Amino acid sequence: MSGLPEVEEQLDWLRSMHLIRGFEDEVNAFFAKGLVRGSTHLCQGQEAVSVGACRALAEQDTMTCTYRGHGAVLAKGAPLDRTFAEILGRAGGLCGGKGGSMHLTDTSVGAFGSFAVIGAHLPIANGLALGGRLLGRDSVSLCFFGDGTANIGAFHEALNLAAIWKLPVVFVCENNLYGEYTAIAKTTPIDALADRADSYGMAKARIDGNDVGVVYDTVTDAADRARSGGGPSLIEAMTYRHKGHSRSDPAAYRPDGELESWLEWDPILLHERALGEQGVAEATLGEIGTAAAAAVATARDRALSWPEPDAATRLEDVYA
Amino acid sequence: MSEITYREGLRRALHDAMAEDQTVIVLGEDVAAAGGAFKVTDGLLERFGEDRVLDTPISEQAIIGAAIGAAAQGLRPVAEVMFADFAATCFDGIANQLPKYRYMTGGQVSVPAVVRMANGAGGGYAAQHSQSVENWFLNVPGLKVATPARPADAYGLLRAAIDDPDPVLVFEHKGLYNAKEEVGELRRVELGKAAVVRSGTDLTVVASQQMLHRALEAAAGLAAEGIEATVIDPRTVAPLDVATVLGSVEATNRLLVVQESPAAGSWGATLVAEVSEQAFELFDAPPRLLSGEATPIPYAASLESHWLPSVERIADAVRAVVEF
Ligand SMILES: Cc1ncc(C[n+]2csc(CCOP(=O)(O)OP(=O)(O)O)c2C)c(N)n1
Ligand SMILES: [Mg+2]
Repeated sequence: MSGLPEVEEQLDWLRSMHLIRGFEDEVNAFFAKGLVRGSTHLCQGQEAVSVGACRALAEQDTMTCTYRGHGAVLAKGAPLDRTFAEILGRAGGLCGGKGGSMHLTDTSVGAFGSFAVIGAHLPIANGLALGGRLLGRDSVSLCFFGDGTANIGAFHEALNLAAIWKLPVVFVCENNLYGEYTAIAKTTPIDALADRADSYGMAKARIDGNDVGVVYDTVTDAADRARSGGGPSLIEAMTYRHKGHSRSDPAAYRPDGELESWLEWDPILLHERALGEQGVAEATLGEIGTAAAAAVATARDRALSWPEPDAATRLEDVYA
Repeated sequence: MSEITYREGLRRALHDAMAEDQTVIVLGEDVAAAGGAFKVTDGLLERFGEDRVLDTPISEQAIIGAAIGAAAQGLRPVAEVMFADFAATCFDGIANQLPKYRYMTGGQVSVPAVVRMANGAGGGYAAQHSQSVENWFLNVPGLKVATPARPADAYGLLRAAIDDPDPVLVFEHKGLYNAKEEVGELRRVELGKAAVVRSGTDLTVVASQQMLHRALEAAAGLAAEGIEATVIDPRTVAPLDVATVLGSVEATNRLLVVQESPAAGSWGATLVAEVSEQAFELFDAPPRLLSGEATPIPYAASLESHWLPSVERIADAVRAVVEF
């Protein structure tokens, strides 16, 4: 175990989790106002996985994630205002308004894409790792995906290939207990998805994904191993999405009391408690929350002030 | 007469087929307990039980493979692939296994399976959840491909697809699930028969799914300008009912085809080619194909609205063909 970094850095994790929570709450409000098209998949409750894992990376490392990746893309360093703008379909958006909520991408910070076809990006994460290795970039490829994704063929092909080529990939499965409206237990015969690593001779860990320190620590170890030629890892981070699967899903399939018990295990609360135990004053924690809320509001208003993309831009970017 | 939605037409087709024939089963992601991502299979689990209404993991290759094998055993499986874009994840099953099993085995194996999936742009779902992909499968002999546009046809085509001894892909349209129509007794609709939805003497417009509705709206507006269009819904794009279109063009001498997908390798392009080849001398104007643009589908409203042919652009194309 690598242990926790300085308190200053841990305070920054809290800031980042607050920014993501505030961001998602705003996107939810946008959606209710008809400002988000199509669908949107929020990650409130899963912030510790995004922040803990991305903060364990080095600058040259790449990250790929899913349509539920707003938090991951922000944690990797995408600017709040341009991320809002992409979801609003504005000209200043990360992808010029072409991608939207499900395809947030900012390669300038190593966020190589949010993928919306289940499993599609696990093989691509391997390619990012292979490319980084052959080009001497010393980079690790971090790949987020959901529990339901462990049942698609691409998952198995990607893990096997990563293992035999000893690719520097860290596969992080965000097990939020559901794939769409179905509990993972109904579609998967084993309890611990991390155990699938055994079939591929790969290092594994099953962790509390709501404890940002644990996520940071585990991903740090996996990234170190990957970078030093030890091959890929599969980390199963247990977590929970506070909202439904997408837009108006009321999540009626959840058993009574499940959400409430997870709200008590909220990653932000947990981390505040951990910081308190390390001697950080309550006032300091409060200020971080307030400052994050202000930053979110400013970025939101800026994005809302930006124009829609010029219609001619739709014909650009098909080919180089 | 009663009014039903397109979704209801599909749901009733599944219900009636399952009630009549014990061998009909439904499988796919979230089709049972949740009633389907688009709620088409709502209520089937309660009525027919979990042996015949099967939730699957997120495993499209396994879904299509299971449908093929079960069909070879004598069941009539109806598999759901949710967004049609995801057909790419099980392309081998749909393009290599499903349509070739009978032929490769010299006719020993029948595969009476149906694959349902949802086409459709216009809702801001961006590049991987908006495509109309029936054209991916046009180049695969052995498949039949239905593209219902209206509630009664949704019912009738799905019933015919389930009855058919061969594999049929049924492309639904996300933008039409709530479309309504007054219907009488619901009946099967023969695969391979187009419908003449509106009659006019000035040109023939052939349009499918969302574009049919837009073409009808354009035609209603153009009537005020004195342009009367015949509007035809192909209903199935494989087989494609060229004869009905030819019959109409014999009277109108002008043809416009409107489709949501890009033009290259499409049923619209095939139709223009077929009609031109068989009846070149009929035309008073070059036949025209109006399509979605040749780019991935963009997210932002200001981009996607240009990507899809609008009522105005269809009307402009009609005028151009009529005034040629
Ligand atoms: C190939 C494919 N099949 C189905 C879908 C529809 N779909 C979108 S999200 C989802 C559930 C994914 O569950 P999980 O991997 O657990 O991720 P979570 O949404 O919980 O983050 C499904 C089935 C899809 N996008 N791609
Ligand atoms: Mg999940």
